[in-house]
Amino acid sequence: MSDRVPVLKLGQVLLVSIQVDLEDQIVLDLQDDLAERIVATGATGVVIDITALEIVDSFVGRMLANTAAISRMLDAETVVVGMRPAVAITLVELGLSLGGVRTALTLEKGLALLERDRTARTGRP
Amino acid sequence: MTGPRVEGEQTVPIGSNDDVVRARQTVRTYAQQCGLSLVDQTKLVTAASELARNTLVYGGGGRMRCATVRNGARVGVHAVFEDSGPGIPDLDLALTDGWTSGGGLGLGLSGARRLVDEFELDSAPGAGTKVSVTKWAR
Amino acid sequence: MAVERASERLVELLTRDDAVQEQWVTAVSATLGGRISRAELERELSELYQSLVQALDKGGLDWRDEAYSEVRALLVELSRARARHGFTPTETAVSVFACKDVLEPTEDSTAEDVKAYLQLTRLLDSLGMFTIEAYARTREEIISAQAEQLLELSTPVVKLWEGVVAVPLVGTLDSARTQVVMEKLLQSLVDSESEHAIIDITGVPAVDTEVAQHLLKTVVAARLMGAECTISGIRPQIAQTLVALGVQFGDIVTKATLQDALRHVLQLSGAQAPLGGSR
Repeated sequence: MSDRVPVLKLGQVLLVSIQVDLEDQIVLDLQDDLAERIVATGATGVVIDITALEIVDSFVGRMLANTAAISRMLDAETVVVGMRPAVAITLVELGLSLGGVRTALTLEKGLALLERDRTARTGRP
Repeated sequence: MTGPRVEGEQTVPIGSNDDVVRARQTVRTYAQQCGLSLVDQTKLVTAASELARNTLVYGGGGRMRCATVRNGARVGVHAVFEDSGPGIPDLDLALTDGWTSGGGLGLGLSGARRLVDEFELDSAPGAGTKVSVTKWAR
Repeated sequence: MAVERASERLVELLTRDDAVQEQWVTAVSATLGGRISRAELERELSELYQSLVQALDKGGLDWRDEAYSEVRALLVELSRARARHGFTPTETAVSVFACKDVLEPTEDSTAEDVKAYLQLTRLLDSLGMFTIEAYARTREEIISAQAEQLLELSTPVVKLWEGVVAVPLVGTLDSARTQVVMEKLLQSLVDSESEHAIIDITGVPAVDTEVAQHLLKTVVAARLMGAECTISGIRPQIAQTLVALGVQFGDIVTKATLQDALRHVLQLSGAQAPLGGSR
């Protein structure tokens, strides 16, 4: 198998940081890996950090939307963090609004968002 | 007055997922050389990514030709995506948001058109597909 | 060669009388009304004069020729300087054309002199046109640089509160300017890690469909990045236009004033809103 994007576990959260321009197959592998890891670890949240991504096309956009939908079905929330302004403007122009995908400016804010969610759901800090 | 001049053309074969990545990177290099703004670079490279993937997935592979284009004082990037695949029967339909012949979102062609300044689609059933795009530096 | 002989005649015509250069300076100086010092003019024109004689000496009558590269460079420099100092095209081109007046044939001129003079005027006419073109180019550069500066100046993004940035828009919004604002605002969200942006359009007299679309796209792009936008200060006429145009702001929060927008945003972010009247 070729390269895979590493999925890290941080407490109850799975963390993926995409560092390079991804080939389509690696994007699909990542979607599969995440679904499996959510079930295997019982994670309640997923953070996908795309700070380093210079473009997000419809293929990667669809992966982000699918991952968000799949993880929700598996009882985990997905947050996409660090989207660059030029990428956001391009996605809007492309016609992709990533409905259903939650977003945050930074990794820190993304983690805080998941933490607030978890507290609200379980009713305890 | 002379028309637009094309210079420094480079050809990238598109036959695998790797090649789609290579096509994106080639277009980005040209966009940077032409002095496109960061947002315009991102738009053009995203459009190239969509079109290169179409060439691979729907056209069964082909090639991209990328070049610098000059028209008077204006400078821009010109890219042509060609395949000899099955072609597109209904061009208007293919440019409609949401229409897809494969498993995509149907934003490839219509989305790419919105991301560039000039867009030309040339295709007929059995005769392959050729998409030419241009983005000018502001 | 005939051309060579002709240009030799021109060199002779130009250099025969020591006073030519002097008279040229005087003629130009008279039209500029002392806005350029005589010393400055003397320097400019003597350089031009010398390079012109040199170019003719090398044998060409074609101003586009390699031999004229220095002449052309000097003329570009001259027209740039004139354009920057606000001289008119006429006042710029006169530096070339005045040379014709100085050399004008008299009753004593020989037929050969007159012929040489006519050739010289043809050359000077071309150089004069070249000068005006260089002048126009400089003016265009100045105008586009100013437009860019104006764009920069007219779109300030300010930090209103911890985590809140605002952009007060004033004046007519066109598509290009709205795009610049959009990019600047989104970048400032990243730079200041702000989750809230307020776009205040109190100072905007009119909004068309295209501009409204850009505003909407900005709000959607900000959401993709993880930030929320509030639009404040929509005037009644603008609201009417937007509705008539069929533009809907959907679930985008709009507030009457910048103050209301800030209060709303602070409540959302859970920050302590400033109490009215307290210091």
